[in-house]
Amino acid sequence: MTPADLFSFDIDGVPGIGIRDIVTAVLVLLAALMCFAAGVGLLRFPDVLSRLHAATKPQILGLIAIVADVAVTNPSLGTITLAVAIVFFQALTAPASAHMAGRAAYRTDHFRRDLLVIDEFTPRDPRSDM
Amino acid sequence: MKARIVSGLVPFLGLVLLWMLLWGQFTWLALVTGVLLALLVSAVFYLPAVRLSGRFNPWRALVFFLRLVWDIVRASLQIAWLAVGPGYRPSNAIIAVPLRTRSDLVMTFTAEAVSLVPGSIVLDIDRESATLYLHALNVHSVSEVPALKREVLATERRLILAAGSADDLARLREAEAGSGPSSSTGAASGTPSTREGGAS
Repeated sequence: MTPADLFSFDIDGVPGIGIRDIVTAVLVLLAALMCFAAGVGLLRFPDVLSRLHAATKPQILGLIAIVADVAVTNPSLGTITLAVAIVFFQALTAPASAHMAGRAAYRTDHFRRDLLVIDEFTPRDPRSDM
Repeated sequence: MKARIVSGLVPFLGLVLLWMLLWGQFTWLALVTGVLLALLVSAVFYLPAVRLSGRFNPWRALVFFLRLVWDIVRASLQIAWLAVGPGYRPSNAIIAVPLRTRSDLVMTFTAEAVSLVPGSIVLDIDRESATLYLHALNVHSVSEVPALKREVLATERRLILAAGSADDLARLREAEAGSGPSSSTGAASGTPSTREGGAS
């Protein structure tokens, strides 16, 4: 596909770009935007706990989009099943890793307490006392 | 007894399915090697058995799943906008949400689902009282906290309706009939012996 093809929208004709290519382009763009936003969030958010939000949420939508994109471009049983497995395990493991990092940050007090409007977490573990 | 067999069989079949998904083929070879590997994995990496409730409502599960997908999209766009958009003023909250379930599995999946939906990360879990401690992003005043808690409890409610035990279901109904969403007394009164659910 040459760059010139990008501008020939023959949707129902054989040559040019079909609906599948448009879907692909949209998904790739969405994925790129989400990963970009996650990166910006990592830099811009003020403390560890806020940055964890940026590291988990836009990133998972970005991953879903890029994996869906691969499945749309290459629709075979093997690709689709692998795509399902990737999304499922990313959705299971991303919160777990964020939780581990968040818990460590809270217990070692590596976060901005002044940004909290409320803290209902009373530490029961004596090691986490300041 | 039946629940115990099912509880053992579901993770096993899950492993076999995962193996076949990874290979991307549903052939006899993949099935046989998958079963052999699943046997090996469950023998070598032994984990305490997960008690499934023995109850599953496909319609409620679909509702939960679709809502989860919607929430993921919503949360991602929200936080992406927060990250790149102008005028971001950091202000967070750490909230405690006492859940109504006594089942480890429902608690785990609620924690997982809540981490993916708008603005919360699980900081810690108190297993005895089934309390989730969440870090919520972009909370500007204490008055926003009850809405956040209601959202978490709604996620738990959808999960219990989909696959919770009869025990959890009764607890949920009791909590809703009682003092509504802020019934921390109902969550704290459970004894450790009932926490695995009443489906054995």
